[in-house]
Amino acid sequence: MPEEIKAHITGVVFQIPTKPGDKVGAGDPVIVLESMKMEIPVEAPRAGSVKEIRVREGQTVQEGETVAVLE
Amino acid sequence: MLRTVLVANRGEIARRIVRGCRARGLGAVAVYSEADRDAPHVKDADRAIAIGPAPARESYLDIERIIAAARESGADAVHPGYGFLSENWRFAEACARAGLTFIGPSPEAIRAMGDKTEARRRMAAVGVPIVPGSPDPVADAAAAARVAAGIGYPVILKAAAGGGGIGMAKVTKESELAAAWATATRRAQAAFGRAEVYVERYVERGRHVEVQVFGDAKGAVVHMHERECSLQRRHQKLVEESPAPNLDAAVKRGLTEAAVAGARAIGYTNAGTLEFLVDERGFYFLEMNTRLQVEHPVTEEVTGLDLVAAQLDVAGGAALPWTQDAIRQRGAAVEVRVYAEDPAKNFLPSPGTITRLGLPRGEGLRIESGVVEGSVVSVHYDPLLFKLIATGADRAQAVARLAGALEACEVEGVKTTLPLLRRIAAHPDFRRGVVDTQMVEQGAFNA
Repeated sequence: MPEEIKAHITGVVFQIPTKPGDKVGAGDPVIVLESMKMEIPVEAPRAGSVKEIRVREGQTVQEGETVAVLE
Repeated sequence: MLRTVLVANRGEIARRIVRGCRARGLGAVAVYSEADRDAPHVKDADRAIAIGPAPARESYLDIERIIAAARESGADAVHPGYGFLSENWRFAEACARAGLTFIGPSPEAIRAMGDKTEARRRMAAVGVPIVPGSPDPVADAAAAARVAAGIGYPVILKAAAGGGGIGMAKVTKESELAAAWATATRRAQAAFGRAEVYVERYVERGRHVEVQVFGDAKGAVVHMHERECSLQRRHQKLVEESPAPNLDAAVKRGLTEAAVAGARAIGYTNAGTLEFLVDERGFYFLEMNTRLQVEHPVTEEVTGLDLVAAQLDVAGGAALPWTQDAIRQRGAAVEVRVYAEDPAKNFLPSPGTITRLGLPRGEGLRIESGVVEGSVVSVHYDPLLFKLIATGADRAQAVARLAGALEACEVEGVKTTLPLLRRIAAHPDFRRGVVDTQMVEQGAFNA
């Protein structure tokens, strides 16, 4: 089942350490947001593979916005 | 003499500097990013110049745009504030090349103290104690392990080009070292463009005590006593005070003498701060901040002296306005930093719009705020909203005023550190002046 990964805070996409097809474990950072000088990882809620990355570096994302999809 | 100062910063510190310029009859020019078009610091200044988009890299960190703004406005001096370009020696040099007076130390002093291993070397050379560790960056994880074995665990890995806690990693045993090494070097490279890391003994229950120094172009250097800044989280200070409570008189004398000797050794001019770690075995130099500190108001309150005005005087070529004997601590002052962070989410940033802002007023209270009701707290900048400084005839009175003022603060629209600060102000250990650098993160003040 595909599962959307949502940003838990508002921030700017600082890094995207994963790409579609990558296997991730529960708790692995899928993207890293920067907000107020802090780097905050958005983590995979469970193990799986990255189906889609919906953001690009430098983009502002709002809390609750989908940043990636896991399958 | 200076005439017009461009303030290369934002938020509360930009407002504080504009006020300092007024105190000396100087013109003040603000700069602002697109996100700060309506910010209070823009309205305070005589004139304001747009310098670019919201991301700091394209505005407040862009040396060329700031120099161009200074030229356009006819400013003859630049005050960098803290953060942003304040400890960038290339910026200080660019100001000088453009014929602008940089309100701060020389590029050489900024550069020497910005390189943390160079700073340790320079300080050790004049007898300032340093934390046991590697004198230079170490080559790899294996070399770090050899140094760590020599000084004993736990150790801390620190970025040589670093500051602000970025790239630091605590290592409690050898098996953790390789992973911590990889993290620290990667973060140092990402944040500072240099991956060099050095190793220091990790002081478990130390206090962070720092000394304010001030030098002029004729070589005079004074200290303005100490500040206790142990209550921190993520290596960022939350509470600062002066005098440092329960500080042994001999240690205090040692700290201030070391600070003056250190500043003199590098020919330091203008305001600066030497940070020390104090434990039961002694004190150690940590680093020097070659700029005005966030917490400078506690020093102003207990000495009755205006640090920003003195910065302007000294940068304009005047001699230090005070002799050492004239700088006395009277009473006590405590500052807290109110950040837009959510205590319920492990202090994650809490951007948003401030829908209500109620700030207390009263005897012995000073507020330095970068925001007003309606301000938008952006994801692009530091989460500091305002500082609350309480002063009293003694520490008990200052802390009582602080506790009362914290109860009266009202912020709606963003989450803040106010609940944590209220618990700190009421805590028996804090009331007794017993603090260390681990307390906040170890949960001493949790609800």
